[in-house]
Amino acid sequence: MNENYKVSASPHIRDRVKSSNLMLLVVIALLPAAIFGMWNFRHENAWILVAVTTVSAVLAEYIYEKLMHKPITVNDFSAVVTGLLLALNLPPTLPWWMGVLGAVFAIVVVKQLFGGLGQNFMNPALAARCFLLISFTGDMTYFVYDGVTGATPLAELKAGEAVNTMDMLLGNIRGTIGETSVIAIMIGAMFLLLMGVIEITIPASYLLSFIVFIVLFGGHGLDAQYITAHLCGGGLMLGAWFMATDYVTSPITTKGRIIYGICLGLLTGLFRLFGGSAEGVSYAIIIGNLLVPLIEKVTLPKPFGKGGEK
Amino acid sequence: MGLLTFKGGIHPDDGKRFSKDQPVKPLLPKGDMVYPLSQHIGAPANPVVKKGDHVLKGQMIADAGGFVSAPIYSSVSGTVKGLEQRFNPAGTKVECIVIENDGEYNEVEYDPVKPLDEMSREEILDMIARAGIVGMGGAGFPTRVKLSPKEPDKIDYIIANCAECEPYITADYRRMLENTEELVSGMRIVLSLFPNAKGIFAVEDNKKDCIEKLNHAVADEPRMDVKALMTKYPQGAERQLIYAVTKRAINSSMLPADAGCIVDNVETLIGIHTAVAAGKPLTERVVTVSGDAVEAPGNFRVLLGTNHRELIEAAGGFKTEPEKLISGGPMMGFAMVTLDAPVTKTSSSILAFMEDEVSKNPETACINCGRCVEACPSRIIPSRLADYARRHDEESFVAMNGLECVECGSCSYVCPAKRQLKQAIGAMRKIALANKRKK
Repeated sequence: MNENYKVSASPHIRDRVKSSNLMLLVVIALLPAAIFGMWNFRHENAWILVAVTTVSAVLAEYIYEKLMHKPITVNDFSAVVTGLLLALNLPPTLPWWMGVLGAVFAIVVVKQLFGGLGQNFMNPALAARCFLLISFTGDMTYFVYDGVTGATPLAELKAGEAVNTMDMLLGNIRGTIGETSVIAIMIGAMFLLLMGVIEITIPASYLLSFIVFIVLFGGHGLDAQYITAHLCGGGLMLGAWFMATDYVTSPITTKGRIIYGICLGLLTGLFRLFGGSAEGVSYAIIIGNLLVPLIEKVTLPKPFGKGGEK
Repeated sequence: MGLLTFKGGIHPDDGKRFSKDQPVKPLLPKGDMVYPLSQHIGAPANPVVKKGDHVLKGQMIADAGGFVSAPIYSSVSGTVKGLEQRFNPAGTKVECIVIENDGEYNEVEYDPVKPLDEMSREEILDMIARAGIVGMGGAGFPTRVKLSPKEPDKIDYIIANCAECEPYITADYRRMLENTEELVSGMRIVLSLFPNAKGIFAVEDNKKDCIEKLNHAVADEPRMDVKALMTKYPQGAERQLIYAVTKRAINSSMLPADAGCIVDNVETLIGIHTAVAAGKPLTERVVTVSGDAVEAPGNFRVLLGTNHRELIEAAGGFKTEPEKLISGGPMMGFAMVTLDAPVTKTSSSILAFMEDEVSKNPETACINCGRCVEACPSRIIPSRLADYARRHDEESFVAMNGLECVECGSCSYVCPAKRQLKQAIGAMRKIALANKRKK
């Protein structure tokens, strides 16, 4: 009698959720923002930059792993997420080769050199965006809409000018490819929440603490127009829902996630109101990433039977 | 609301539909009977029969090897073939007494029993010990020892663990429906040992019919009550169960008695009833046979020592050759190396699956998603502990409360990276516990 039974330690059953499925769901959730961005910036041929950046991220991962004789992990979709997120954080007019450079930096330097998936201590897409911002400040801050060059609404807001919040909600404004339409971003974010990919903890604590900060220090008090403009402007929504929620670079406990979200809100407010540039989300999240080990140290959960059962 | 529960846990497919409506069928074995000397926690039993001896059903074949130990009785009449190394359900070769079954089932004459109220505490405990009763939910801790806490007066809850939170298993479910009286009688016996205790039957609310039946049965029992628990794994884990029922939480360095509780599962309480009210030793139990590779899943009253192969045959054999066999539940049971192993005191079920979910889901990198933290009933961080375990960093493992793990496997179940978290933590825990004992 054939008795070739499989033997393993318990448990012998597994939930259906897989890492690759989660990553794929994030890609799907990014599609509304990506598609809107490519249509919104069709005159700038934004689709080329999106395609080139995303493909470069996947290729960079494949080639690096091939050269280093490591298992190929491109089918876990994490490189697609990184490439696409980076592309959505770039101005539509950026030369394509800068997108390639950013993607390679994100995958090779930020992710793979630190040990690959799960080991990077900074969000690769954001780190690459900051790398490009420092290296090519002019190209990275050149914004155009409908052929007209100018400042982003957030910069206008900082300069004390009036902005159209309805346009900011819809996305008919200057900005990076994926950050302009709050509606498109929120469709994706709701999808992630409904599918159980992310929890509301980080975005909620991030946005609430940010609102509190600008109410206190923005000089406009409870002016709803001003608060809405800040919430819809720049990369705040894309950052809060898609980058601050990155599993790898955020704390693992709920308590840690709340503190992390508050740190991000305060840092973003600080950079936007008192920093040199109008925008501050990227740097806030990256600094937040660096704070994660500290946050985890002070939020170590109490085990069951020692106070943690409640 | 109103359902008692704990924080954390998971909701796997309970798989109970395959066997829950199958009444318990007695199974009379034909082949040799095999009795491992160690079917419990503690010292192995010492054989008191030798090759060639004729034994009767209910005759002691191995005596307790100490206080924390339990005797073993023959479940058939026949001839002792000897002491042999055989596989136990967990896949280890262990010392076993083998008896050739003569198929007559001639039984020893049991001593007449006294009514419960005429017996002293010591007499009752002694009967339980002599009958070889151990925790039959899977742990196998000798029941007599469990029922002898330092201060019996301080015990205020006897909890009957009727959760049966492991998927697929329906043995306790059938017992609750078919042997309600015996179960309540078992509780009555235990309560007689603890004057200040209340008896609670804690049942998951997916077994509404059991709750109803038990409620009816305890209507005239002022010291007993039935409580509905939320259906969630691991609701039947001792610490989580005690917390759900009493809101008292114990950690790894405490015993249930420290929280005034003693927990016994359904099969154990029925064993206590048989021992004290009928004066018979433990020779049988109910076992569920289920899984998608089994032709006709069901529940069987099985004589201890019966080969698992006979159990599968009784359930109509295999539909297709299974890829994986599990003794016990899919969450905490053992993968079996061979079907050729006996049913022991702690065998609650045998499951046969066409596909092994573990081998078809290779491990990938941890993405720090926190699902294991969310699921962990011990409220620790499984992913980090597994990392320490893999690096053999015992100090950090202990500092991060790795010893609090109850090895329920919820973390491995939910992990999207399919990491063998429980396996790594469990292995490190064994080492850390051994080192702690040395100190």
